[in-house]
Amino acid sequence: MYKNILILALLVGLGILLSTAITDREENTSLPELPAYYADNTAKEVGAANMVTAVIVTYRGFDTLGEVTILFVSAALIAMFLKTGNRRKNRNPRPSSVILSTAQKLLFPLIILFGAYVFANGHLTPGGGFQGGAIIATAFLLWLMANPEGEMRHGILSSLEAFSGTFYVIIGVVGVILGVGFLNNSILPLGELGRLFSAGAIPVIYSLIGLKVGAELSNILHHLNEVQNEE
Amino acid sequence: MEQYLTLQNIGIATGFALILIGLYGGLTNKNILRIIVSFTIFNSGLNIVIVALAYLKGRVAPIIDDTTGLDNLSQKFVDPVPQALVLTAIVIGLGVTGVMLAYALKMYQNKQTLNINDFKETKW
Amino acid sequence: MDVNIILALFLAVIMIVVAVAALMAKRVRTAVLAAGLVSLVASIMFLLLAAPDVAMTEAAIGSGLTTIIFFYVLNKIRRSDV
Repeated sequence: MYKNILILALLVGLGILLSTAITDREENTSLPELPAYYADNTAKEVGAANMVTAVIVTYRGFDTLGEVTILFVSAALIAMFLKTGNRRKNRNPRPSSVILSTAQKLLFPLIILFGAYVFANGHLTPGGGFQGGAIIATAFLLWLMANPEGEMRHGILSSLEAFSGTFYVIIGVVGVILGVGFLNNSILPLGELGRLFSAGAIPVIYSLIGLKVGAELSNILHHLNEVQNEE
Repeated sequence: MEQYLTLQNIGIATGFALILIGLYGGLTNKNILRIIVSFTIFNSGLNIVIVALAYLKGRVAPIIDDTTGLDNLSQKFVDPVPQALVLTAIVIGLGVTGVMLAYALKMYQNKQTLNINDFKETKW
Repeated sequence: MDVNIILALFLAVIMIVVAVAALMAKRVRTAVLAAGLVSLVASIMFLLLAAPDVAMTEAAIGSGLTTIIFFYVLNKIRRSDV
């Protein structure tokens, strides 16, 4: 018990230290130099209306490549921890209700379409590859709930993931060959600000990221669902 | 008191409160699943703090449209860089939480217990 | 006082109360749901802080998929306190 009190005292001290972040901080009135540069030059350098997308895909594209790699590694780790060999017993799980399975048939393509809309318009409106990928994964989640015994074709998801990951790196290397830099978006014409086909390669790259994230998250959900059927 | 009551300060204070709550839960609980839940609360708090630090009073989200125009954008927008970092951090947070949960499930299947004190193999 | 500040204070109180409830909860599944609620309210907070991209991500991933993964794992650990 005295251990909890000790921890509580420690956290109160930490809280007092952190509260100086509010009392001693001076209110910022202007952006720092680097974000101010991004804000002033994104429209003519990158051509994307959404500045967060411009930062993620172009200015810090290399970070995003690393992030997608981390997501891939975590999906692989989850698959490794949950792999128990082929000792699958038919437990006959409770079949899903009629309402769920009928609504799933109707909603599945619509949710996929909405996810595709979100990642294809990532350079114009809020949204992008990660949000769109998560929405696509929820469509697969609905499918898994309606068909708990269903055998999802692993090959399609894995090859989609491999294809989009490889193509993502290839687009980056094309930028190096053309001499504009790794993952630079100006390998395609920038176009007019605010159009769907603008901002160079950003819609292509973000769509690939969306497909990859969607396939990875669906894979994680599929592995977790497979474990449910084992005993 | 009144001058501290800004949107930014509320965000920072809430985030710090969530961080402290998550830290307390992570340090005092024995159940592995409760430790992971505390971790997700900690994660949300940290994200709120970073986004709140990027907020500037009276400015709008960094998306160009008809109302913002194209001139003097650095006087109109909030900082986009921390927002991009937090977006990255949320997705990685899901990956980390998933790995922790899968590992916790594996540990439970091996020993049939969730108490962190029962796993003594790696203790010195 | 600005209406945004009142809304932000309201959201802040909800988040802190729900986070404390997550720690106090008797069963883990209640705690998981409370943590998901904290994430959902946090996404509204992100919207107030002029970050719509982060708000979308937090609502879809932090609040949706994380909770679902928790429940998949909880379903495998069938115990009374879970």
